[in-house]
Amino acid sequence: MAILQRFLQGMLVLFVLFTITFFLIKALPGGPFQSGERAIPAHVRAKVEAYYGLDQPLHIQYTRQLGNLLRGDPGISMRLEGREVTEIIGQAFPVSLRLGVFAMGLAILTGIPLGVLAAWKKNSIIDYGAMAVAMIGICIPAFVVGPVLAEIFGRRIGMLPAMGWSPADPTSWLLPAVTLGLATAAYLSRLTRAGMLDVLNQDFVRTARAKGVSEMRLLVRHCLRGGVIPAVAYIGPAFAFIISGSVVVESIFAMPGIGMHFIKAIEVGDAPVILGIVMLYGILIITANFLTDLAGIWLNPRLRKS
Amino acid sequence: MFARVMISPRLITAVLPAVAALVSCQRGNQADTAIDEGILIIGNAAEPRGLDHHLVTGVPESRLITSLFEGLASDHPYLDDVSPPGAAKSWDVNEDKTDWTFHLRRDGRWSDGEPVTAHDFVFSYHRLLHPDLAAYYADMLYFLVNAEDYNRNRRSKILLSNDRVPGATWEDFDGLDGSPDESVDTDGLGSPPEWERAGDEEARARFVRARGLDHLPPEALDWLLESPDDRYSWPASAAPEQIRALLTALREHHGEDLFEIANVGVTAEDDHTLRIRLRESVPYLPSLSCHYTWFPVPRHVVLAHGEITDRFTPWSRYPNLVGNGPFKLKEWRFHDVIEVERNPHYWDAENVRLNGIRFHPIENPYTETRAFLAGQMHASYTLPPDLAETIREKHPENLRQEPWVGTTFIRFNTTREGLSDVRVRKALALALEREQFVEHIFEGHTTAVSMSPEMGEYSPEPVLEFDPERARELLAEAGYPNGEGFPRYSLLISRSSARPQAETAQAMWDKHLNISITIENRDWGSYIAAQQNLEFDMASAGWVGDYLDPTTFLNMWMEGGGNNNTGWHSPRFEELLREAATKSDAAGRFAVLRRAERELMNGMPVAPISHHSRNYLLHEAVGGWYPKLLDNRPWKHVSLER
Repeated sequence: MAILQRFLQGMLVLFVLFTITFFLIKALPGGPFQSGERAIPAHVRAKVEAYYGLDQPLHIQYTRQLGNLLRGDPGISMRLEGREVTEIIGQAFPVSLRLGVFAMGLAILTGIPLGVLAAWKKNSIIDYGAMAVAMIGICIPAFVVGPVLAEIFGRRIGMLPAMGWSPADPTSWLLPAVTLGLATAAYLSRLTRAGMLDVLNQDFVRTARAKGVSEMRLLVRHCLRGGVIPAVAYIGPAFAFIISGSVVVESIFAMPGIGMHFIKAIEVGDAPVILGIVMLYGILIITANFLTDLAGIWLNPRLRKS
Repeated sequence: MFARVMISPRLITAVLPAVAALVSCQRGNQADTAIDEGILIIGNAAEPRGLDHHLVTGVPESRLITSLFEGLASDHPYLDDVSPPGAAKSWDVNEDKTDWTFHLRRDGRWSDGEPVTAHDFVFSYHRLLHPDLAAYYADMLYFLVNAEDYNRNRRSKILLSNDRVPGATWEDFDGLDGSPDESVDTDGLGSPPEWERAGDEEARARFVRARGLDHLPPEALDWLLESPDDRYSWPASAAPEQIRALLTALREHHGEDLFEIANVGVTAEDDHTLRIRLRESVPYLPSLSCHYTWFPVPRHVVLAHGEITDRFTPWSRYPNLVGNGPFKLKEWRFHDVIEVERNPHYWDAENVRLNGIRFHPIENPYTETRAFLAGQMHASYTLPPDLAETIREKHPENLRQEPWVGTTFIRFNTTREGLSDVRVRKALALALEREQFVEHIFEGHTTAVSMSPEMGEYSPEPVLEFDPERARELLAEAGYPNGEGFPRYSLLISRSSARPQAETAQAMWDKHLNISITIENRDWGSYIAAQQNLEFDMASAGWVGDYLDPTTFLNMWMEGGGNNNTGWHSPRFEELLREAATKSDAAGRFAVLRRAERELMNGMPVAPISHHSRNYLLHEAVGGWYPKLLDNRPWKHVSLER
């Protein structure tokens, strides 16, 4: 029942998202057929706009676009003329997905252990060091981290590509993924530290220690599950953060992902592509949040009743 | 369970060595590897909107298309005013330079092995001009006789001019305009106007004017035929039976493609002879034919994927695309790479030096520069101006700065109060210290002395100078002594990279004329729209030449020109341009164009500042790569050598 309710909520959110995005695009001045200095003659513009149905009244354009999306076909790009939006997303999404998953994996694998370590050695050099690194990770934006990493590892040391993307060459994913995942790793480590400290201060920990449980077992077996709850709750929003961050990172490393298409489509007001990508992002974020909630329920038995 | 997976020691032991292995392997230099393979890797600025050269307009597209297709003539490896034979082996021309006959190569082949014929060229020009294709760049072919009428679908004129209306000629209908009248109120007719919605006589009359006589559905023509005189305002010179005859002809030919009837100036005399008739003298036609709008499309491939007027067929995608150029399409991944490889069917294949070219559409010039310096590319597309100094110091051997036919200027809206006074416009132009712009802002540019840059034999009269004294006098004469009471204009820019130049102009006007302006930064779409609708005061703009002739910088300032956007026009200026079009000798023609340019600068609808330069990085191993004024890369001459 609750799941059905969440599903309907999600649909409603998507509908509102579509409507707002559609009318925002229409409010943009210019339009997709004016990308250069050269003016397009009026008779040509009229023909092309008719081709895309842009000469129709707004409400007809709206219902037609909505109908297309419901059928799973966002239409044809106006920038990459004649290309199906599904073809564009089909090429670009695997790149962004791989980048996102890799970045998220890196963030989880470094952020959570670092947070556990910092909590365990509270107020030690390790704690201060880890949290200082985390603070830096949060504060420095990707458009600074990316070029600096590319300059150092791409050019000075020369062991990783400074740009580009090759599915067969994992070294080309590394710098973009680190750039993208750094801030998330930093957040996760701070959240994990806070969560772990909470748990480590509880009575059962003292009891366990008194019974002679080893520190490793104590941390992993007894505390981690409770300690990572804030971090896990953050993974849903972090996913949204990674998606929006990939727009910047893809530009820095010239990667053929969704982000590049998104920026270019917005620049020229390519409505079918913008709507296609916004809806995809919407579905992904709603799903991620839903899964995060499920994970939270699974980790925290007190939530299960509600 | 969950927690254990997270930091399981086994996982760590599995992942760590893998990461270490990835990181520790020293990378081979991609650019060096590619030199051995004979593959050139270059930056290409942006993902092309497509590779159907009838439908695109941009520079990145142009660079790709010139590797895949070839025009009648081709680009010389280093000379700008020489166009060696391309798809045509030779050509003849009449005295006037208006009637050209091109002899195509008998061994010319498309990349699928089919012969390249004159019919392919006729088909291509037909397609580009077809009113239903709605190609953005169709006006590049308006040089052909009757091409403009055909492309604008002036059906009445075409029928009247070509004996399709018994008893009537175009002269009888002097002043007839069959194009849509945008001033007509279309309330209740729908958008676009629909015949079914026009219920009564009055609404139908409005419908006819709104759509234009040349674009009416058969029902509307029938309705007009019932009582032509009181349902449309005809030129007084046309007799009633002539009007009836015209309407009947329009009705008869409704929906028909008028290419043949219009007698457009391109015909195939036989399979390998192409005749081109021009409406004006164009001595530079061979050079013009190196612009991609003049390239052929493979008729058999285009028609295999759709009709002549279909915009979105897959003929120009991988693997369908077939060209007649030195290279053919090998791979196309959006925003990643377009790779071309040697075309074995190319007539001059044995003299093509490269095995292939990889075009990377890198939008970010800093990323591109980093990639070049990291050994991932042989040529970058553009160098950010702020990096020029560092590169000049550390990598002088890679820095290229070459003149490029383009002009940066400030556009004035001459319909604005104040700016409508030519003295004000001149004062603003004279107060700009161009040396400062060139030295500090436009890396590699040269100062402009007029609208057109120097090209070949043509050099404009130097009329622009820095003369603050005279500028102040002019401003005082116009009623603003010492800048008093001068309106606070805004200078429109797009992209923050234009801000330094705008601020420099702002400071110079403040210093020399004691006037202050504001700077307004808008996104590209509204920046363009504001200029087209004359809803701006001044705008910082640029223009790059399409072909190597001053008319590419002058024709745009004619009345009603789509790129004029100043509200300025001058009958004298246009008369001189028309006069130049009748001159077939280069020297005489340029003399008239020089006078036209002087006339333009006299009206000063724009204040030119500098002429463009192409700044980029080039690998030492690249050979056969010379500066070209139009920045056309004759790819077949480019080579890679250690």
